[in-house]
Amino acid sequence: MRNSRFFKSACLAALIGLGFLAISFSIQADDFTEGDLKRWNQEFMSVVATGEKLFHSSELGTNKVSCDQCHPNAANTHPETYPKFQQQLGRVITLSEMINWCIQNPLEGEPLPLDDAKMTALLSYITWERRGVPLAPGKH
Amino acid sequence: MSMNRRAFLKTTGAGLMAAAFPVSLVKLAFGGEGSIPDFTFGYISDAHIQQIKGTQFVRNWDMGLIRAVREANLLTPRPDFFMFGGDLAQLGKKEELDHGLEIMSNLRGKVRYVIGEHDYYLDLGKYWQEKIGPLYYSFDHKGVHFVVLNSILTYDKWTYETWPSPMDRMLAMARLDNPKGSPFMVGDQQIAWLKKDLAKIKQNTPVVVFSHSPIQKIFKPWNFWTQDAEKVQALLKPFEKATVIYGHVHQIQYNQIGNITFQAVMATAWPWPYPESYSQLANCLPKITVPMNRADPFFERDATGWQFVDMKSGKTAIHYQLPDNQNRTVAYDAATGKPQDMKYQDYSRRIPPQTHF
Repeated sequence: MRNSRFFKSACLAALIGLGFLAISFSIQADDFTEGDLKRWNQEFMSVVATGEKLFHSSELGTNKVSCDQCHPNAANTHPETYPKFQQQLGRVITLSEMINWCIQNPLEGEPLPLDDAKMTALLSYITWERRGVPLAPGKH
Repeated sequence: MSMNRRAFLKTTGAGLMAAAFPVSLVKLAFGGEGSIPDFTFGYISDAHIQQIKGTQFVRNWDMGLIRAVREANLLTPRPDFFMFGGDLAQLGKKEELDHGLEIMSNLRGKVRYVIGEHDYYLDLGKYWQEKIGPLYYSFDHKGVHFVVLNSILTYDKWTYETWPSPMDRMLAMARLDNPKGSPFMVGDQQIAWLKKDLAKIKQNTPVVVFSHSPIQKIFKPWNFWTQDAEKVQALLKPFEKATVIYGHVHQIQYNQIGNITFQAVMATAWPWPYPESYSQLANCLPKITVPMNRADPFFERDATGWQFVDMKSGKTAIHYQLPDNQNRTVAYDAATGKPQDMKYQDYSRRIPPQTHF
């Protein structure tokens, strides 16, 4: 009786152990498929699309002005040059801070929290429109 | 010919105003050469007056037009007339056109208007024609034949059959980088009118065409483009001195195609990037254009401006008035047969802010 209970417990432990082992194999870093790549790209592009919508909408500010009025296709935002010394502010800033400057000034709106999903979407769209351009941090 | 500040103040007797709104101190040449007497005209363009609600308008764009009008009022001697180059409104609304016209009414002198796509695609020019005048016409002034074109038409199917409401159509055309946009064109009906209009003009008469879009093909995705540009260019070909002056692009551009000189005017509202700064697509910005200085967004009038044009010898010299920046002059040079920047044309004279990326 005691032996059989021990046997059952041992079997259960072994099964659980195998289960963990199987899970740990399935989350190995280099084990992803074409399907995964496709899905991850779709996730990213859906955020780019959200960013494109925001960039062309008047909802970020209070005066109906939108980002694309000055930056068609997000041109002249040169994301590859950030972080850089923004001479008008007298310090090194990231692109997110410059986006907030635009929201506060030409758009007369409230700045976004730096981890706001809208900020991530704007960064995604702006960077996507600049894909392929070499990084040039600090460039003027 | 330059004129010192004291002489300018004495001439205008407007010392206080000049101190508040400094204008370039350029004395206009009125010597006269050949059959064309020297004269100048002012050019203000792309104000994009934008309504927020009721009587509230976007302050930044209002200030651009107000400043241009105030500065232009200080020009002395007075220009013979003014042109407005299109996009008075942002979304073609009556309120925007009325508010824009109210600001323009402070300009001393006769003003003629060119229509832009932002003025047109809400009601297809109905209110514009009631308040301002025809969408295309011509006039003669001191031996020069001037033509105003409505160059922002497009395919009928896009205009009449694509959009659920006039405001949807307006918003679609107002978005410069809209992949669902449609190329600008002058259209066969207007080209037939132009042919007839030019038929009575002698070939040694200087001809100046004012349009909103460039009558040349630079960058289609942003409509720096006119689909039937070649048809208009063909009608200008017989003339010894032909010039096209256009708005829409919000930046200094100039080009020479055969006998035709092309020059763009600045916007009072905001600057646009040069197409090269959109890294994903190729463009055909004229090689001879020396770009304007890259805008500093912290100075909201930087890389905007207005201009006056002198017609010495029947070709144009545009004097760009650029607040918070160095003024520039781009003039036709008879020796090279092309328009040239009077200061920066030579590569060795160019400065770092003219690099765009």
